[in-house]
Amino acid sequence: MAKLDYDGPILEIDELSISFFTRLREIPAVMDFSVTVQPGEAVGLVGESGCGKSTVALGVMRDLGKNGRIVGGSIKFKGRDMGQMTDEELRDIRGSEIAMIYQEPMASLNPAMKIGKQLMEVPMIHQGASEKEAYDRALQVVTDVKLPDPKRILESFPHQLSGGQQQRIVIAMALMSEPSLLILDEPTTALDVTVEAAVVELVKELGKKYGTSMLFISHNLGLVLETCDRICVMYSGEAVETGSIEDVFDKMQHPYTQALFRSIPLPGADKNSRPLKAIPGNFPLPHERPLGCNFGPRCDYFEDGRCNQNISIPMEAIAGDDRHWSRCLKFKEIDWDVPMEVIAQKEKGEVGDVVLKMDNLKKYYEVAANALFGGVGEKKVVKANETLSFEARESETLAIVGESGCGKSTFAKVLMGLETATDGQILLDNRNIEQVPIEVRDAKTVGEVQMVFQNPFDTLNPSMTVGRQIMRALEIFGVGDSDAARKQRMLELLDLVKLPRAFADRMPRQLSGGQKQRVGIARAFAGGARIVVADEPVSALDVSVQAAVTDLLMEIQREEKTTLLFISHDLSIVRYLSDRVMVMYLGHVVELGSTDQVFSPPYHPYTEALLSAVPIADTSVEKQHIVLEGDIPSAMNPPPGCPFQTRCRWKDKVPGGLCEKEVPPVRMLDEGHQVKCHLSDEVLEQMTPVIKVAAE
Amino acid sequence: MHTLTRGAPSCLYEPQGVAGVSFAAHFRGDAQKSPFKTPHIGARAGPCTGTKQNKDRPYQGPDREQQGVLMGLFILRRTGVMVLTALCLTFVVFFLTNLYPNLEKLAKTQGNFRMSEEAVQSWLESNGYAQPMLSKYGQWLGVVPGWTFEVDDGIKGRCFNGTVSAEEAAQAPRLCGILQGDWGYSTVFKEDVSGIIAVRLGNTGYLMFWVLVLMVPSALIVGVLAGMREGSPLDRSLSTFSILTTATPEYVSGVIFIAVLASSKFGISPILYEWGWIESKTLFKGTATSAMKDPNFSNFFLPVLTISLYGMGYIARMTRASMTEVMAAQYIRTARLKGVSFHNIVLKHALRNALIAPFTVIMLQFPWLLNGVVIVETLFNYKGFGWVLVSAAGNNDIELLLAVSVVSVIVVLVTQLISDIGYVYLNPRIRIS
Repeated sequence: MAKLDYDGPILEIDELSISFFTRLREIPAVMDFSVTVQPGEAVGLVGESGCGKSTVALGVMRDLGKNGRIVGGSIKFKGRDMGQMTDEELRDIRGSEIAMIYQEPMASLNPAMKIGKQLMEVPMIHQGASEKEAYDRALQVVTDVKLPDPKRILESFPHQLSGGQQQRIVIAMALMSEPSLLILDEPTTALDVTVEAAVVELVKELGKKYGTSMLFISHNLGLVLETCDRICVMYSGEAVETGSIEDVFDKMQHPYTQALFRSIPLPGADKNSRPLKAIPGNFPLPHERPLGCNFGPRCDYFEDGRCNQNISIPMEAIAGDDRHWSRCLKFKEIDWDVPMEVIAQKEKGEVGDVVLKMDNLKKYYEVAANALFGGVGEKKVVKANETLSFEARESETLAIVGESGCGKSTFAKVLMGLETATDGQILLDNRNIEQVPIEVRDAKTVGEVQMVFQNPFDTLNPSMTVGRQIMRALEIFGVGDSDAARKQRMLELLDLVKLPRAFADRMPRQLSGGQKQRVGIARAFAGGARIVVADEPVSALDVSVQAAVTDLLMEIQREEKTTLLFISHDLSIVRYLSDRVMVMYLGHVVELGSTDQVFSPPYHPYTEALLSAVPIADTSVEKQHIVLEGDIPSAMNPPPGCPFQTRCRWKDKVPGGLCEKEVPPVRMLDEGHQVKCHLSDEVLEQMTPVIKVAAE
Repeated sequence: MHTLTRGAPSCLYEPQGVAGVSFAAHFRGDAQKSPFKTPHIGARAGPCTGTKQNKDRPYQGPDREQQGVLMGLFILRRTGVMVLTALCLTFVVFFLTNLYPNLEKLAKTQGNFRMSEEAVQSWLESNGYAQPMLSKYGQWLGVVPGWTFEVDDGIKGRCFNGTVSAEEAAQAPRLCGILQGDWGYSTVFKEDVSGIIAVRLGNTGYLMFWVLVLMVPSALIVGVLAGMREGSPLDRSLSTFSILTTATPEYVSGVIFIAVLASSKFGISPILYEWGWIESKTLFKGTATSAMKDPNFSNFFLPVLTISLYGMGYIARMTRASMTEVMAAQYIRTARLKGVSFHNIVLKHALRNALIAPFTVIMLQFPWLLNGVVIVETLFNYKGFGWVLVSAAGNNDIELLLAVSVVSVIVVLVTQLISDIGYVYLNPRIRIS
């Protein structure tokens, strides 16, 4: 199909409503949603899970499945009403005029089809290209998305590529026929931060190069700030505020937007002096929406009799701003400049004695090079943890930061006793526990070292009540001498994690994600835990819930004087809550120091890149742009010398190619600040801060 | 806000095979022991895998040559396991058929029914049945010299027929078991077992061939058609049809077919004859005896149809299940939103992925077919492998029974091997590396 020449807006969505029909009822997923995308413009769609942002994307593609239906409004693509199009016309547009990039690259590529074939299909369908032309085009686009060795990539199957590479292929596929509109549905959520930064950079660059308009769906405000010109905030099926990035970020006119910004850790937030403010309550289910304003029940400015009337609230333009709309009855009355009420400042817990000490801990895995014929091939050694040494004190939060594959989870496993150490020691109160697997540990030790897991949805037994699960943990840890005593303790634990006592009789499926994570925390503290390993405890939760769960963890820590080992890849939250930070790369600790030391120069080059990769949702922040090339090397086959040398941008500052020859020694820079790097003091001195908050 | 990542997609296609001997199961077993979560052994180290496990795997994989060698090694190893399994299974059958009551019955049928205890004993001794079990098994296998027994007028022995003189006995081969190609002598048919097996297996093989030709394509077509639009009227009607056919045992469907299609009095044959549409009295023949010499559509179709229908429903259900799953996969959505037309989605994107699971099932159907063949061959009086099995079992024909079981074991194990190799071929995510 020849592309239409058209200069009006690329996409006009006007009062769109989409519902899903089940046997029981009609569930409205999107209501009265309007957005316009101009040529070359990037519009961000932000909201929590379940707010209908993906439904909008699929609605634009007219791919809502059997149950979904557009029940009102219109979608116009280049002036043509998509609701009126036949299947054939739709097929012509899909892939050639509108292309989509998905959240999970692995799942969106056909596992049994070679990459090249999947790419070549697009021009062959839409432009009637010959195989040769299609191949040339595929080769060119794969080169455009900066994949090494494009010919070989075209010949491979999706599972042979890394996640970042797969996502580049999905992007390449979307760009094959130079679409006018690109819909990106959480394109980087499944990727590591440094990979994410590179992918975002690529999308921006290609968008400019091809002049593509973008609809960028994300839950991450920082990412939207970096990529988009305009933003549309959604809440429970409705757009609550739209406008340009500057207007919405700096002059927000809707209580939900404001609450959202107050609940994410921005630079300057501090767990003691400026804590995060979680949005109270829960996200309403689509069929349980309140009357009037959907955000009403959770809103600070709620006015009874006005916000909960049975009327639908229209979007209203904000005078003086460019296409800035808000869906709030009171936005003209609210004083938006009032600073956040400072909620009770909290005393910092006193850091006590050393509880846990790691000394030269090593964990190697022996992997038969050939697992199928064990013994035939030679053994390979995977060095998952290499000479880990640090101390953790009572009531201290030590954050462990690094991308997937850096060895942070292995370390947690060894500490928990799920694996035993290869070498070195772990001292818990001067007792060696590195060789004691969990089965042999006594109840007291097991109870003292506990874990909060990443995914609260999978870690609770679906067929046991919440109370029963906590009591089971109490039994195992030997707490309480009778069932009655344990029940009492269980109820106290529910109080501790701020869940109503009535929840004891509920099944996990009746709980929301945040509530489940609270149960997980209650279970971890059941045995009077002194060391809690929190493995990405909030990364699976919604932004508004994250703050609440994080605060809860902090509060329990203050009360119980727990040592918290906080494993995360989210540097914003690490900066917010930790006392000390340990940065890991390929099994090595590359930097360790107090939060201030790690977050300000001199950095280890990897820390520097990591900091630069984290998107920050604040327009006043200036960031240095450092994009790491390539992927993290395989731990099976680590590079010689410094593990980071393959991606390091400072490498040429070290004379004599030392980085490629020797693993750098651990150097003390300051009191309690150590880095593993060959760079000389002078070079380190020259480093400038990656994140600068502009003077107000 | 991560969406839950599903497990490695390959795990969705659990082969339905005997878990212990299935290659894929094997792979998963090993994969669990190693810190890797993906079956791809060239993967990066997995100790630190979270939900984003296969993310940072560098591009690496064994080259083709290495792949070939590994495949050869794999087949070699599997063949070894197969031989071992065959040995164990035949020993079990051997042991059971050589239990004393069986032997006693054999002696009485071979000699006379009013033999005394002593007479039975001496008959067994003179025919080599009174030896220890293991040595008998060794002789049958052909790794232990065959027995000889001196009687009044010469020597009887395993490796020659009847009673012969000492010189002749000396010339006979020492070892004579299945390894030497000597499958023994059938006491019922008074013929060499190998001859009987060859002829009957040929008959059954012919039957099976046509069964597969009919069953596999139609089952796959039914399954794919039903699975490509889940819940549609087409899906519901085809699914009902598949359930009906699987739920009807061969002895029911066979009888119905004979009554409806192959009777000159009932069913549709008299009507068709009256209208002059068919020349013979019946549409199909109710017996397949003549098909052993001269198979044609009218005498051979009914037994083929009876067996096919039964297996077809099952394979179609499997195909449907795997097809619906594939059609709901994200990469199908990707294809749809690329503008691929529906029939190309089904043919190019879904089919190969959807066939991975049914392939294993089809291979597993072979042993099942052997089973169904017993009934159908009896019903249609077609003297094939199943018919031999029935007469051997009914008449306590030990050597024939053993030969039948050896053949069955080999069929089962070989189809398993083919199934595993085909699985690797169909599923690019599982590569031996």
